[in-house]
Amino acid sequence: MSRTRTPVVDGWFTGDGDDFRLLGTRCSACAAVFFPREDVHCRNPGCPGGDLEEVPLSQRGYIWSYTDSRYRPPSPYVTDPELPWEPYALIAVELESERMVVLGQAAPGFTVADLAVGMEVEVVPGVLHEDTETIWTTWHWRPTGVAI
Amino acid sequence: MTGDVAVLGAGMHPWGKWGRGFVEYGVAAARAALADAGLEWRQVGSIVGADTVRSGYPGYVAGAAFAKALGWQGARVTSVYAACASGAQAISTARAQILSGLADVVLVVGADAAPKGFFRPAGGDRPDDPDWLRFRVLGATNPTYFGLYARRRMAVHGDTLEDFTQVKVKNAALGALNANARYRKPVTAQEVAASPVVADPLRLLDICATSDGGAALVLSSMEFARRHGVAEPVRIRAVSTVTPRYPNTVLDLPEIATDSAVAVDPTAETFRASIARAAYEEAGIGPDDLSLAEVYDLSTALELQWYEDLGLCGQGEGAELLRDGETAPGGRIPVNMSGGLASFGEAVPAQAIAQVCEVTWQLRGQAGDRQVAGARVGITANQGLFGHGSAVIAVR
Repeated sequence: MSRTRTPVVDGWFTGDGDDFRLLGTRCSACAAVFFPREDVHCRNPGCPGGDLEEVPLSQRGYIWSYTDSRYRPPSPYVTDPELPWEPYALIAVELESERMVVLGQAAPGFTVADLAVGMEVEVVPGVLHEDTETIWTTWHWRPTGVAI
Repeated sequence: MTGDVAVLGAGMHPWGKWGRGFVEYGVAAARAALADAGLEWRQVGSIVGADTVRSGYPGYVAGAAFAKALGWQGARVTSVYAACASGAQAISTARAQILSGLADVVLVVGADAAPKGFFRPAGGDRPDDPDWLRFRVLGATNPTYFGLYARRRMAVHGDTLEDFTQVKVKNAALGALNANARYRKPVTAQEVAASPVVADPLRLLDICATSDGGAALVLSSMEFARRHGVAEPVRIRAVSTVTPRYPNTVLDLPEIATDSAVAVDPTAETFRASIARAAYEEAGIGPDDLSLAEVYDLSTALELQWYEDLGLCGQGEGAELLRDGETAPGGRIPVNMSGGLASFGEAVPAQAIAQVCEVTWQLRGQAGDRQVAGARVGITANQGLFGHGSAVIAVR
């Protein structure tokens, strides 16, 4: 039985492997970028309002800060209560050309001990959790040029 | 400048995990505040409740829930919600009613009954709700955001874990002196270091708990206070309830990303700093005039951030201010003489009201062993999820 790969949120990312990108939107009038995507109204209060067009975000950025979750987060985060809790790192990444910070989980295997503010990371496809029918996909931040 | 309103009464139900309903805590606090004011509930023309989202429908209509429990007497009723800033919104509403002449005496009440463990979003699948999304997609609890801020401060300003620990040690020593606090034992640096990491680099004792509790204020016009025989009441001179300005470039709860600064350059002043500035401008005073401050220490590291955002010191100098003892009792500007959230744990809709209760007692000289000698001016500050600023300046 093959399971379906389903994004945890529709329209936030696209592509596989090296082509994986986060997707935001850009206002055609003022060039403001939004992630998570705004599809109805531009939120720049000085903008008359333009069409919002889908735009891929930079694949690489620099760590603004990082932390981890040593305890099991509550629902709607999905975990298997039968399994021991495995902490994961969270990374806030500064994207230079978008001039914004985007949060994400670190790629599996990377802990806070592997991270530093200012370190370069890239966005990679990841799996949030799996059930019998579905593999729920997400984005991960992964330090560049680091093997673990 | 707007006019002053008088604080005639302040009251609390002690913080803890009592296992009872929020209405009970709120009513106990309200009765304490009314007794402190020397007023009967039937003399109150308006009641403003700060809502809780954790207690079902009565929590969403907290003003009416408290009014019914106190005994219907026909008072005007309002219920407000602004997450952690709900209490300040309730005070702001009460003040506006008094200054506009809609009411002479207003009772402000906030109370919560908090579940054990992490706060979590309301139930159901709501992919258009940023609060739901941050849990669903990232498992990003409140402490993980506190961890991000703490790590950032360490990298940018050179704050150390020892600095964070000393905030807890200071606040725990003060909480030990406060009968309304939940945690009433001094804490040592060794105990902080021995507590488990919750969200790197923060440990359990760096992070505020979630508590049950209730707080209330009786506010009135200055004219009513005089007629009531209170010639020199504590006065609320400013209430800041500002929102951020686009682009907000600090990663605030519960967002997954900041605004982009591509289209508009961000202002030099952060949202949190703008909260305090708006209060200072409205009161016509500055940070140098303060006798004390009550700030929202959701984490130890965040208390240091507030020092800077309130202008108690320059950006990046918060840890130094702490190390110099300036925010401790006897220092230049004591912070969180109540013991802070470190000693109370957060009872969301009550907390901003509780901050004003502490400032009121300090300005009256009734704070007992926690008293700041000769206190004349106090500020409270916090920030609610989804862009709610909250700061109150009181004077005497």
